[in-house]
Amino acid sequence: MLYRDHGIVLRTHKLGEADRIVTFVTEHRGKVRAVAKGVRKTKSRFGARLEAPSHVALQLYEGRELDIVTQAESVDHFRDVRTDLDRLARAVTMLEAADQLSLEREPNPRLYRMLLGALRSLAARDSPLVPAAFFWRVLALEGFEPVVDACVTCGTTEDLVAFDLSEGGVLCRADRRGQALSPGALDLMRRILAGRVAGVLEEPASPATVELEHLAVRALEHHIERRLRSVGLLDRG
Amino acid sequence: MAVYAAPVQELIDELGRLPGVGPKSAQRIAFHLLKLSREDALRLAKAVVEAKDRVAWCTRCFNVAEGELCGICTDDRRDATVVCVVEEPRDLVAVEKTQEFRGRYHVLGGAMSPIEGIGPEHLRVKELLARIDAEEITEVILCTNPNIEGETTAMYLARLLKPLGLRVTRIASGLPVGGDLEYADELTLGRALEGRRELEG
Ligand SMILES: [Zn+2]
Ligand SMILES: [Zn+2]
Repeated sequence: MLYRDHGIVLRTHKLGEADRIVTFVTEHRGKVRAVAKGVRKTKSRFGARLEAPSHVALQLYEGRELDIVTQAESVDHFRDVRTDLDRLARAVTMLEAADQLSLEREPNPRLYRMLLGALRSLAARDSPLVPAAFFWRVLALEGFEPVVDACVTCGTTEDLVAFDLSEGGVLCRADRRGQALSPGALDLMRRILAGRVAGVLEEPASPATVELEHLAVRALEHHIERRLRSVGLLDRG
Repeated sequence: MAVYAAPVQELIDELGRLPGVGPKSAQRIAFHLLKLSREDALRLAKAVVEAKDRVAWCTRCFNVAEGELCGICTDDRRDATVVCVVEEPRDLVAVEKTQEFRGRYHVLGGAMSPIEGIGPEHLRVKELLARIDAEEITEVILCTNPNIEGETTAMYLARLLKPLGLRVTRIASGLPVGGDLEYADELTLGRALEGRRELEG
């Protein structure tokens, strides 16, 4: 059976001599894994369209395990993201998270839209907080919205100084556990969770943005119960 | 339940471990080998053993080599100041076939793939950096594949190499010769436009 959908390319694997298995997160069918035939040949009509993090309009043939890509039209190939190493690294981290969070053939249109939105923000401006904002909002979508208004133990709204990953929230000085949280990072986190993301992305890099970036990665890793392999990859060597 | 006699199954299993060979192809190749004369089959076995025994990696560029250095590194007519960086030895062969390049090579042994956790520490990046001063290299041509892994690797290497005051270039990715413009994808066509050149007239 043929069907149409929109998708974002998360990753690809080589298959045989010239084919690839492409993993998409789609608008209507959740994660889809499909074979793109002949795509590694330089004359392939799919060319660069089926490379991460492309946004494509697809026609697929439904198979038992793997579908087959029969048509792929580019909607956005995120050129500005692909040609900038830092932005590309941030995009790949979000793709890796989306891959972990989505299930095959289980629709999750909100995750798809959040990822697309995050990629578009990244294309518009390079902000290190794009993945962090994406991670916090995805966690909220999954039903793990962190508690940021009051201490998860005593309920006080004063003097909140720590964040505990397993509690999923902030703690006051008396009850503090987990890791330290600065007032600046707490403020950024509250603004992201309240949906005021655009303003946060304009923030210049500071100790608070770095802190929030790391905390968001840790929180997401805690939720998916594994490390994100792409994080910090460029700093190794 | 074993379908095949043990030696046949063993052969199929071994063949199935080769890159690009699925279970069906492994079966097909196994039965082809069984049909060969003993002589032909032994010639293949001997070629594998010979290659394994006699071929190693060039200690300078990591191309396949019969001795310490490969044929290209020992050829003193080649320009030692220009190095072409490729992912695998087969890419080196592809560039050699163009007969357009007269410098030396550096084989990385793969490409970066952040999503798979493959970073610079898994490639021969340190070895490349060590060559720059030692061989007085002045130009590095980044000849990794024009896909996301190859582009990531090229951007990463450019970031490392440019501050050293080298000329760092990337192969242009353009349209396949013999192809039709209307079938080109947007990114390829865009890059081809970017890499356009003046025509003599
Ligand atoms: Zn408390
Ligand atoms: Zn060599």
